[in-house]
Formats: sequence, C-alpha cells, structure tokens
Amino acid sequence: MVDYGLIAMMLLPILACIVLKVLFTPASEGVNISGALVYFATDENLTATTFYISESQVNSIAVTISIFGLCLYLTHGLTAKAVCKRQLAAEWIVEKCEKLVRDNMGGFFAGWAPFVAAIMALSAFSSLICLVGLFSPTGDVNITFGWAILVFFLIMHYKFRGGLWNYFIGLFKPIPFFAPMNLIGEVATPVSMAFRHYGNILSGAVISALVGSALTGLSHSLLGWLPGILGDMPLLRVGLPAVLSIYFDVFSGVMQAFIFAMLTMLNVAGAVPWDDWNARRRKQNKPEIQNTAA
Amino acid sequence: MDNGMLQLATGIMLGLLGLGAGCAMIAGIGPGIGEGNAVAKACEAIGRQPECKSDVTSTMIMGCAIAETTGLYGLIVAILLIFVAPGSFTDILKNITK
Repeated sequence: MVDYGLIAMMLLPILACIVLKVLFTPASEGVNISGALVYFATDENLTATTFYISESQVNSIAVTISIFGLCLYLTHGLTAKAVCKRQLAAEWIVEKCEKLVRDNMGGFFAGWAPFVAAIMALSAFSSLICLVGLFSPTGDVNITFGWAILVFFLIMHYKFRGGLWNYFIGLFKPIPFFAPMNLIGEVATPVSMAFRHYGNILSGAVISALVGSALTGLSHSLLGWLPGILGDMPLLRVGLPAVLSIYFDVFSGVMQAFIFAMLTMLNVAGAVPWDDWNARRRKQNKPEIQNTAA
Repeated sequence: MDNGMLQLATGIMLGLLGLGAGCAMIAGIGPGIGEGNAVAKACEAIGRQPECKSDVTSTMIMGCAIAETTGLYGLIVAILLIFVAPGSFTDILKNITK
C-alpha cells in the first residue's frame, strides 16, 4: 500500500507539471523556440526587479519531489537478506556513488557521496524530463547557475581552510602581475560549469526544434496532396527526431549530469590547501588531516 | 524619426545581429578540431592497448565534453544575439523615437 503511495509521489508531480504546461501554453503555429513559460509574474514586462515563477522552477521542484519519492520507494522495506530487486538496485546505486566519490576525491571526502549523488540525480532527471514534453529546467541558465554557485561556495569554503591570508597571498602567485587573471579564474569556474550544462541542453533543444519544423515544412510541401487529414499530418516527422532525441536528450543529458558531478568533485577536492591547513591545525594543537590515497 | 526610417533601422539591426551570430559560431571550429584530435589519440591508444578500452573511452568522452565548452560559449552568444538581443534593441529604438 505504501508502495503505491510512493509511486504516486514519483509520478504525480510530473503529471501536475504537464497539466500546468497544457493550461498555460498559448496556441501557436510554426517554429517555437522559446524559453521557459512564465506562470506567474508581478509585472507583465519582465524587468530585473520582477518576481516571477517560471516553468523551469516548477519543473525542478517537481523533479526534486519525484526523486525523493524514488529514494523512499527504493529504500522502503529494507531487509538484511536483500531478497527484493528494489533493495539490490538501491545498494548498487549507493555502492557506485561511494566508489566514485572515494576514487575521485579521496577518503577525507567519503561523506560527500550523498551530495554528489543528489546533484547528479537532480541534473540527470531534470534533463530527462523533456522526454515527456516538459521544458528541461537545465535548459534555463538560472537553474544551472544556482547549482554552480552552490558548488562555488563549497570550493571557497575549502579554499579558506588554509587561512584567509594564505588564500590572499596565493592570488599573487607566481608574480603579482597575475592577480587579476587569478581572480577571474576563481570566478570562471562556476560560470563555465553553468554555461557548459546549460549550453549543451539548450543547443540540443534548439536543434531538435529546428529539425522538427523543417521536417514539418518538407512533409507539407511533399505530401500535401494526400487526401483529408493525411495531408495535414507531418508524416516525415516520424523517425528522425526520435533518433536525434536519443543523442540530444538522453545521452547528452546524462553525460552532462555526470560531468557536472565530476567537476564538482574535482574542483572541491582540488581546492583544499592541505599543507596550509595542516600547518594551521598544528598551531591549534589539533590532529593533522590526511587525505587517504584516492 | 518617421516610420520608414524606424523600419530601415530595425532591418539593418536585425541583419547585423544575424551576421554577428554567424560570426560567433566560428567558435565551433576549435572544438571540432580539438575533439577530432582527442578521438584520434584515443583510437591510437585503444589500438596499442585494447585491454584499456573502457578506461580510454570514458576519459575521452569526459574530455570531449569539457573541450566542447568553448564552442558552447560561441553558441550561447549566437543564441542570445538571435533570440534575446532583438527584443531589447527594439525597445531601445522605440524609446528613442518617443
């Protein structure tokens, strides 16, 4: 009984998003390459100070609830004997994530597996949600930038472990002339992470839309002589867009999720100034930290 | 400024935006060459050591996806020029004529 409730928890947010999208989509013809629909705004003209709720925000929250439901479903009724497939799947996911994090970040960061798994699952499912006809939240730069800023704060947290002064001095290495470039380099990390993810998903969506509209036009001009409703249907759209979707939506989306998680791990693990941090800890009479070999 | 001049200005502006978007996509050449090199080297590596195929392939795909970034910057600039910039420029023109 609980299982059905959890399955409903997985599916209902997505259904609600589809209904919301159908209600808000304006009737239109032709090529439709637009950003996220805006469901609610305090001002008709979107200015910098307008508070608005767009499709990407709603979809990303729906994806979050869905993933939460999936996690609860997979971990419901765990037993020590591991008899059901559900538990095996859950254990496989946990083992893979812990191994990935341990291999890439080292033993000190072993507790980061849930965070990395969460960011990977959120990113992957956000990209895959366009398979049911919804707008991918990752195709909106605001969403990916939010995640990138979160990662940026984590990177900065570990960079400051070596002491603020040491970090400040580090900006002027190897020669003071490089300080502006080092500063830009610090800011470039989140920007490049956000734009990489966003650009990949968005370019896939744009190319899919262009190919779809081109095939529609082609079938109208070639097959328009067919009688009745057959002439109106874009018959040539059957096939090719689906093949493109496998690459642009499925492969690219999952790949970018993996890369985003990978870059998160590498950037955070690479940001720790071990020598400075251990020197500080020695001064405070605390035990030194060793990052066990990856 | 009368209506005809406004239309002319809008037309020139849209044409230049399209030209700029096309120029921005020259950035696609770099990643193309770079990823081609990466895949060629990966093929060589697999040919030399076929037992490392899975490792080499996953590293190559990862590297390719990262090398794509510069091309994607160009793409984003092009998309902004085509879909976002005309709206704001048209607003500016309308404000000038008021």
